[in-house]
Amino acid sequence: MNNILTLNNIIFSYEVDQPEVKNAVEDVSFTVTEGEWIAIVGHNGSGKSTIARIINGLLFPQSGDVTVFGKLMNEDNLWSIRTELGMVFQNPDNQFVGATVQDDVAFALENNGVPYEDMVARVHQSLAQVKMEQFLNHEPQHLSGGQKQRVAIAGALALRPKLLILDEATSMLDPQGRQEVLDIVRKLRDDTGLTVLSITHDLEEAILADRILFMNQGRKFAEGQPSEIFALGDELVELGLDLPFSMKMAKMLQEKGIQLDGTHMSDEELVENLWISNFKK
Amino acid sequence: MMEKMIFGRFIPGDSFVHKMDPRAKLVFVFAFILVVFIANNIPTYIALVVVTFFVIALSRIRLYFLINGLKPVMILMVFTFLIHVFFTKGGTVLIDWGIFNIQEEGVKQGIFISIRFLVLVFMTSILTLTTSPISITDGLETLLNPLKKIKVPVHELALMMSIALRFIPTLMDETDKIMKAQMARGSDVTSGTIKERLKAVVPLLIPLFVSAFKRAEDLATAMEVRGYRGGEGRTRYRQLKWSMRDTYALLLLVLFAVGLYYFRTTK
Repeated sequence: MNNILTLNNIIFSYEVDQPEVKNAVEDVSFTVTEGEWIAIVGHNGSGKSTIARIINGLLFPQSGDVTVFGKLMNEDNLWSIRTELGMVFQNPDNQFVGATVQDDVAFALENNGVPYEDMVARVHQSLAQVKMEQFLNHEPQHLSGGQKQRVAIAGALALRPKLLILDEATSMLDPQGRQEVLDIVRKLRDDTGLTVLSITHDLEEAILADRILFMNQGRKFAEGQPSEIFALGDELVELGLDLPFSMKMAKMLQEKGIQLDGTHMSDEELVENLWISNFKK
Repeated sequence: MMEKMIFGRFIPGDSFVHKMDPRAKLVFVFAFILVVFIANNIPTYIALVVVTFFVIALSRIRLYFLINGLKPVMILMVFTFLIHVFFTKGGTVLIDWGIFNIQEEGVKQGIFISIRFLVLVFMTSILTLTTSPISITDGLETLLNPLKKIKVPVHELALMMSIALRFIPTLMDETDKIMKAQMARGSDVTSGTIKERLKAVVPLLIPLFVSAFKRAEDLATAMEVRGYRGGEGRTRYRQLKWSMRDTYALLLLVLFAVGLYYFRTTK
């Protein structure tokens, strides 16, 4: 497995000249390997979005270093690194640059001087990947939030990045739009082996990941597979995260004296366990 | 709010005029504005009107939209017409009531100037009605490209314009939302004295500006992440295609100008 991204002892503060202000990111290190889906979770102010900005070179850490594809990030290779990192932000409206869907998808290609014929092919291909090809000439105001985010994903994919970063990309969407976006990301990963880093405070989204990094107050609080992280249970709730419905349900059932084994990260899993527990009686 | 605006309104279609290259259309309209001033007698003005209506017919735009575009300049038209009628002297006296002295030349000049206005407004309206704002921006960018040599930031201006155009509907929606939110809190923009109304606009504008700045910052970040580094080394996705029809249109305009020049009265 190749390391796509390595963060080493990152320390970052927005107020360098005020030492009494706590650092936004305090000594965080982690590695992302090729093909995995990693989720960084944490409530507001946990430093997770700051990390996204550091990965992309929008912010430079005061200490520690970022290595992307084996290259140590610095001012000189920043732009070439950015072409390999696709990023989707929170607000669907505020990242739509083009006048129409296809113009927006082409934006990153134009910036990187891709020749016209190549551009047309790539725009169509990326839009097909997110199932938006029939919206080629639509204007952003005629799209739903979920559709806009899918266009944003296509815009990021057009450059054929190795890593897709979703910075709270689903937090402003309605449940349907959120599902659309997550389905697309999951499908992309299955089809192309894209590496995904999603930053979220939604644990239902984090469940989809292979590995979860749990941030609290700028520090890495826990790291592990979703089942390991969710085993923390009440600790997650105390740190301001909302457990998925199935887990809350299981907990309440257990309090009522119903015996349930294992973790219940999805509704199906809970239903399955309920069946089994019924048999055991 | 949007429905009433004729300026910048684009009506999609596939007529001859719609299919023209935006550069050709821009050059045509600017050249036509100059050509209009060649006309100075009845036959040449008739020719101008005929050509204008020919272009309207070619564009297949309904006259209604053009008349709508005329409204804002109507007062100016009537005003200049009256000025000419009353103050341009010459020819036979038509009406003589003391200070109300109207002469033939005045009426003639008044009508000529009004036609000039009409023709100009129609032509520019056809330009904006048949060309999407983004194509106009593209056209202007390529036409003004030589100005880059004297350090005019042509690309940046064009990008600013296209982003501004893209955000008009977004900010309109936002204004609407803020207006409703403030109305729900009892603010009333529609009644009261002018002073009261102006005061009621402030709670609309402040949230709108705050959010516009927030949007601008987000957009700048998104653009940077997607590799925007200014116009240097950039390719273009929207390609402009110059076809024979554009050349013909401009050639016809030149012929027309020569014809007008031939038939104008020389003193």
